[in-house]
Amino acid sequence: MPERLRPLSPPAVPHAAQPKAKQAAADRPEPSPRDRARPGALRVEGLVLEAQGQRLVDIEHLALPAGGVTMVMGLNGAGKSLFLRLIHGLITPSHGWISWGEVPCGPATSATQALVFQKPVLLRRSAAANVDFVLRARGLDRATRRDRTAEMLARVGLEGRARQPARLLSGGEQQRLALARALAIRPQVLLLDEATASLDPASVLAIERIVTDTARAGTKVIFITHDIGQARRLADDVAFLHRGRLAEHRPADRFFVGPQSESALAYLEGRILL
Amino acid sequence: MSVKSAILGTATAATIALSWAMSPGPARAEGPSILVQSTTSTQNSGLYDYLLPIYRKETGVTVHVVAVGTGQALKNGKNCDGDMLVVHAKPAELKFVREGYGVDRHDLMYNDFVIVGPAPDPAGIKGMKDVGAALKKIAASHALFASRGDDSGTNKAEMRLWKATGIDPKTGSGGWYRETGSGMGATLNASVGMGAYTLTDRSTWISFKNKGDFSIDVQGDPRLFNQYGVMLINPKRCASVKAGLARQFEDWLLSKHGQEVIAAYHVDGQQLFFPNPK
Amino acid sequence: MQDFGAAFGLALHLIATGDDNLLEIVVLSLKVSFSALTLSCLIGLPLGAFLVVRPFWGRGVVVAVLNAMMGLPPVVIGLLVYLALSRAGPMGWLGLLYTPTAMIIAQTLLIAPIVAALARQVLEGLYSEYDEQFRSFGISRLRAAAALVVDGRYGLVTVALAGFGRAVAEVGAVIIVGGNIDHLTRVMTTAIALETSKGDLGMALALGIILMSIALGVNLAAGGLRSVAERQAYA
Repeated sequence: MPERLRPLSPPAVPHAAQPKAKQAAADRPEPSPRDRARPGALRVEGLVLEAQGQRLVDIEHLALPAGGVTMVMGLNGAGKSLFLRLIHGLITPSHGWISWGEVPCGPATSATQALVFQKPVLLRRSAAANVDFVLRARGLDRATRRDRTAEMLARVGLEGRARQPARLLSGGEQQRLALARALAIRPQVLLLDEATASLDPASVLAIERIVTDTARAGTKVIFITHDIGQARRLADDVAFLHRGRLAEHRPADRFFVGPQSESALAYLEGRILL
Repeated sequence: MSVKSAILGTATAATIALSWAMSPGPARAEGPSILVQSTTSTQNSGLYDYLLPIYRKETGVTVHVVAVGTGQALKNGKNCDGDMLVVHAKPAELKFVREGYGVDRHDLMYNDFVIVGPAPDPAGIKGMKDVGAALKKIAASHALFASRGDDSGTNKAEMRLWKATGIDPKTGSGGWYRETGSGMGATLNASVGMGAYTLTDRSTWISFKNKGDFSIDVQGDPRLFNQYGVMLINPKRCASVKAGLARQFEDWLLSKHGQEVIAAYHVDGQQLFFPNPK
Repeated sequence: MQDFGAAFGLALHLIATGDDNLLEIVVLSLKVSFSALTLSCLIGLPLGAFLVVRPFWGRGVVVAVLNAMMGLPPVVIGLLVYLALSRAGPMGWLGLLYTPTAMIIAQTLLIAPIVAALARQVLEGLYSEYDEQFRSFGISRLRAAAALVVDGRYGLVTVALAGFGRAVAEVGAVIIVGGNIDHLTRVMTTAIALETSKGDLGMALALGIILMSIALGVNLAAGGLRSVAERQAYA
């Protein structure tokens, strides 16, 4: 990998005081030393993504707890989706260090994660075949695939739709199918990019329930949303991005009560801060 | 449709299509067969459609014909593609035999060339017998003339006739002298289309169905004699030549019976080919 | 008088009387062109999909070459195949010249690049939609290519039809490598060429009308199949 990419090893003292950080280290919902090795524990150091001379993402330091639901918020263009793709390994950063547990971000970590897009990308096949496709790509045998597919479709309430063409399902059903497919690989980390935007309330509720259950079962969830209510309902902690930078990262209860950054405060109050 | 069923379906379709493609051809093509590289006039005049079924009935041998110009037929023969040749350019044929590409060449039959032209007859050659004088009149009046321009037997004959007049028609190329680079039929179609004189063998002309207002202007000059020859592609050079079957067909064509069959072929009440084996 | 009306009448008459020669020619045409199409799809679809999912140095050149080959005159292909299959050529020992197999080979060379180039265009759009999700799931390129072909099947039907249309309508390649031999290698287009050179324009036109009807029939059948399948499975 060219030298302009990540350093080969993480900074020696990861949690040393960050002089430039506006937020006190103690206030951050960071993983306990015991949790740091778990695959859901994201660590980001000096992460920069540049394109055409612009810094689209520039996060000096971020460490997420190994479990629970982290909601990522921020205005459009704040770099949320890019951030998600960076930590998933879909985009290579210009500089910086990303690791999950103690493992640097790469194909190995990516394989244990699943990403659900705002607009579900479904194959032009039946609902069951969509789930089966990713399971087969993982080399699972036929019986396992059949059982797992049935289990996952049931989990998202689509057991009656198994043979229907995925593209003919309603918007909410399509997103539930995408979620079923993501969960079918039993990910250690579930990434959602505005997965409930533009869905009907019932579908939003159904998906939120599944996400909550998934997090309770031990999967780390990182969820981008614009919906403050949703963030309140789901979040264990909130990372707020503003213009590519991490404005603050705090436990949900404290974030919603009194955000420390002006951008987050403005956002919660419904003001637009440029 | 799952990936598997799609792949299975494709594979099945491919197998069916291929087995179909590789299956033996039509029933009529089975049994012993030979391949004749031939001039187009014998095919376009319908001679083969009449003669080959008779031969097949008598011998059980199927004769396949690839109809190309004489020049192309000789080239294909040099490549060993085929068993025998029926062509009409005697000097080129004799050279072909001399160089060892062909054997057992015989005169087979003859007819004659004619010059056909449009009814208005812009060069005023209608009824002339002297082909040289007619060509000179065409050249002098710059009336359109369509040439095969494809090194075929007819084209070679035409070039010999021009040479005898001392005129180089190629100076008018693209102007009044138009080389189609095509077969006799295509050239006749072009001639009728542009109202150009052209030289054609009588058999093709008689059986040609798109005559428009064209008719024969010049005929009867001994120089318009059109000799067809038959020969085998040299089996010593080309191991693929079915010499036995080819010789059998050649002998049949040259036999008294074969001659009678050829002579009996008429279109519109006219005999198209006159057997003259020596 | 040779006019359109007479040609239509003749075409109808030929079809109505079930003319044996005509049937033989039509069957051979379809046989040759469908075989060439099948082979071209076996070659062209994976190639097209591969070009989409697998970036490599010089891919642009390969795509440009494929696109250029779409415009290659059939007669050039015919000539190349003739030179290869001629008894004097490198593959003369196969004895394939002037056989339907030679015609299938020539038409395959003619339309495989068309199928590959058009398939690439069709699948590229699909891949831009699937790419991120596939990479997220760690789908291998091979599997991605296969999935594109399967999921792009309705668009690829049109690609196949374009290839079939070119194959069944071309005359330049098959007349050189097939030789237009009666009852052996005579197909619709070479028969049309022959009737034209006999000056029998009515017959040529009648055959042309029949060829067009067949092409139309194939297209309608494929279109019907596609719309039925689409209604059931969506595209």
